[in-house]
Amino acid sequence: MLDFFRNVAKTVKPIFIGHKYYYMWVGFLCFFMFLGLVAYAQQLYQGLIVTAMRDQVSWGLYISNFTFLVGVAAAAVVLVVPAYLYNFKAIKEIAILGEMLAVTAVTLCILFIMVDMGQPTRVWHILPFIGAMNFPSSLLAWDVVVLNGYLIINVVILGYVLYQTALGKEYSWQVIGPLIILSIPWAVGIHTVTAFLYNGLAARPFWNASILAPRFLASAFCSGPALMLILFQIIRKVSRIEIKNDAIFKIAELIAYAMCINIFLLGAEVFKEFYSGTVHKAHVQYLYFGLHGNTSLVPWMWWATILNITALILFLTPRTRENFLTLNAGCVFILIGVYIEKGMGLIVPGFVPSALGEIYDYSPTTQEILITVGIWAFGALFYTLLLKFVIPIYTGELRFGNKGEPSGQEGYEERVKAQEVPAKEVYVD
Amino acid sequence: MSRKIRHNPMGIKLNRRNFLKGTALGVTASALPVKKADAGFLDTFFQEHFREMSKDEIEEVLTRLEKEYTETYKKSVSVQATPPLPGVVFGYGLDLSRCIGCRRCVYACVGENNQSRDPQIHWISVLRFKKGEKWSDLEESEKYYNPAKVPEPGYFYMPVQCQQCKNPPCVRSCPTQATWKDPDGIVVIDYNWCIGCRYCMAACPYGARRFNWGAPKVPNEEFNPNTHYLGNRPRYKGVVEKCTFCVQRSRVGKYPACVEICPVGARKFGNLLDPQSEIRYAIENKRVLRLKEELNTHPKFYYFFAT
Repeated sequence: MLDFFRNVAKTVKPIFIGHKYYYMWVGFLCFFMFLGLVAYAQQLYQGLIVTAMRDQVSWGLYISNFTFLVGVAAAAVVLVVPAYLYNFKAIKEIAILGEMLAVTAVTLCILFIMVDMGQPTRVWHILPFIGAMNFPSSLLAWDVVVLNGYLIINVVILGYVLYQTALGKEYSWQVIGPLIILSIPWAVGIHTVTAFLYNGLAARPFWNASILAPRFLASAFCSGPALMLILFQIIRKVSRIEIKNDAIFKIAELIAYAMCINIFLLGAEVFKEFYSGTVHKAHVQYLYFGLHGNTSLVPWMWWATILNITALILFLTPRTRENFLTLNAGCVFILIGVYIEKGMGLIVPGFVPSALGEIYDYSPTTQEILITVGIWAFGALFYTLLLKFVIPIYTGELRFGNKGEPSGQEGYEERVKAQEVPAKEVYVD
Repeated sequence: MSRKIRHNPMGIKLNRRNFLKGTALGVTASALPVKKADAGFLDTFFQEHFREMSKDEIEEVLTRLEKEYTETYKKSVSVQATPPLPGVVFGYGLDLSRCIGCRRCVYACVGENNQSRDPQIHWISVLRFKKGEKWSDLEESEKYYNPAKVPEPGYFYMPVQCQQCKNPPCVRSCPTQATWKDPDGIVVIDYNWCIGCRYCMAACPYGARRFNWGAPKVPNEEFNPNTHYLGNRPRYKGVVEKCTFCVQRSRVGKYPACVEICPVGARKFGNLLDPQSEIRYAIENKRVLRLKEELNTHPKFYYFFAT
């Protein structure tokens, strides 16, 4: 028992130790979290009236971010599939970083739902047994099940692999295999269920198109990996983790395919709406051209389209895909493009024009933006702390040991020298 | 119906609320002295789903609410939970050829049902259309018309409120079963169970649901003290509300406020199961339409043309 606490203390310790820039980064994030918290306190006190949402557009920036982040969480599977199933070694070594991103993204999803709720203290009403969960009738109940399930699966995989690694042992496929295999359809599931959440509403013709779920998946496999590529480059710069260029270029290739499908599906939808030209066209028209002079989304959508197509070209061409300057530019373009397209560009036009034909030009208030930024800052902090905690275990700098044995930083050099723990081959099975 | 009300097979009512309350009190009691106000807060917090409560528990809740509202509004407030009448399914008729767009129904509804005055909440929206232009998809509607006199030449009006669908998308979508359809066909909301996720608002094809974006305000002197738990009792900040066909009136044999106030008799109301009712007469003898029939929601709100 004493050993257990000593080990916990040992793993938590690296979180508090770091370079000057680390403290600055943490302080920077805490500042925005504080601003978000103040704005949220105000929202709790006055109600959601501090946002720009109204009866006509009853979901806004929060649900937009939620939708985008479900995509990021689902995309972790892109790394997990080749890593564990096809034994693509270059990616396998970094799969754990993708799983951490999934855990972070799902946590943020839950936070965005929480801040969007009118009565957050009643959240237990949605739980099975103690509440009155409307399962299987309500898609929102499904979403609660799949998102929490996904969180639990990934936390278990992550916890188990890290714990075994910290003990200096190999992980056992019998334990982790079924979970990993389960996590793959589950990742597709979380995004499909989230798409169905909108898709199932006959009242909103903009969402009531069967192409929505495939579009969700395609765009998720662009934005999630794009975010990971940027994170990987930062991680290998600031830590001892080595990430091979091979892995990065392979993921970039996957992004290129996903972006092709994404743009194709979007084009199919735009064609159908404009060519058939029924009254349901109003929503797409509002999105790309504005309706009766209301154009607040129009410039954003055109930027998103331009950025997505530029990124597609950058990622399709091997020369630009394998040049870090253009690669990173492409990643940033995709992140911005998909964030607009899958966020506000998806949620708001569902409500404009409203069910009774009203046009309400939604644009978020300062409080809404502050709360959103605060949650993102929390996410960044959460991922940073996770990294600080995971990297020493991952590189073999930190090992749980019994009393007397050399462990931690002091023992690292000796152990590497003695080939006791080959730092880079922890994941070979 | 897909929803289930849980019953203990042993016939003993499992009292989750008291169990949870006991646990919570046990935890808090060790830390703080529990004052009366805290006990009220806990009662509210752990209140069960309306349809899972026993008669006694409902009675207890109604008494607590009456006391609370009486203190707040400085007048004697009654909170009923009148159940649906047997053999009754309510239906509503609206004569489009008579409506003059005066919005008296809107404000009669606000007064009767204690809708918030600031921010303003209206359960009825009256839409104005230009004669001779397309209107059935509602896109060309104008909600904020404001002439000196109605009716205006060249225009016609269509009031829209909750259509009390037989197949309500809002009920299907609610993740907590906080809204349901009672046997008399009225779709009601438990304001103490709604979590304010607004999924029902996205699901409603008629824009009938309203959200309390801020704390609702009703002046004491304008407050209607005859309330129903599932209808016009005061709402909380952050919950959804909507038209209930004046459940507090219709279940005791009165017309909804909007029917009573209409100066041109455009609004009809009655029991769809009674062959002699006015609404059945309108359905059988007039040209009737229901909004967005292609969505298969089967509204019990019938628009018709009498002339």
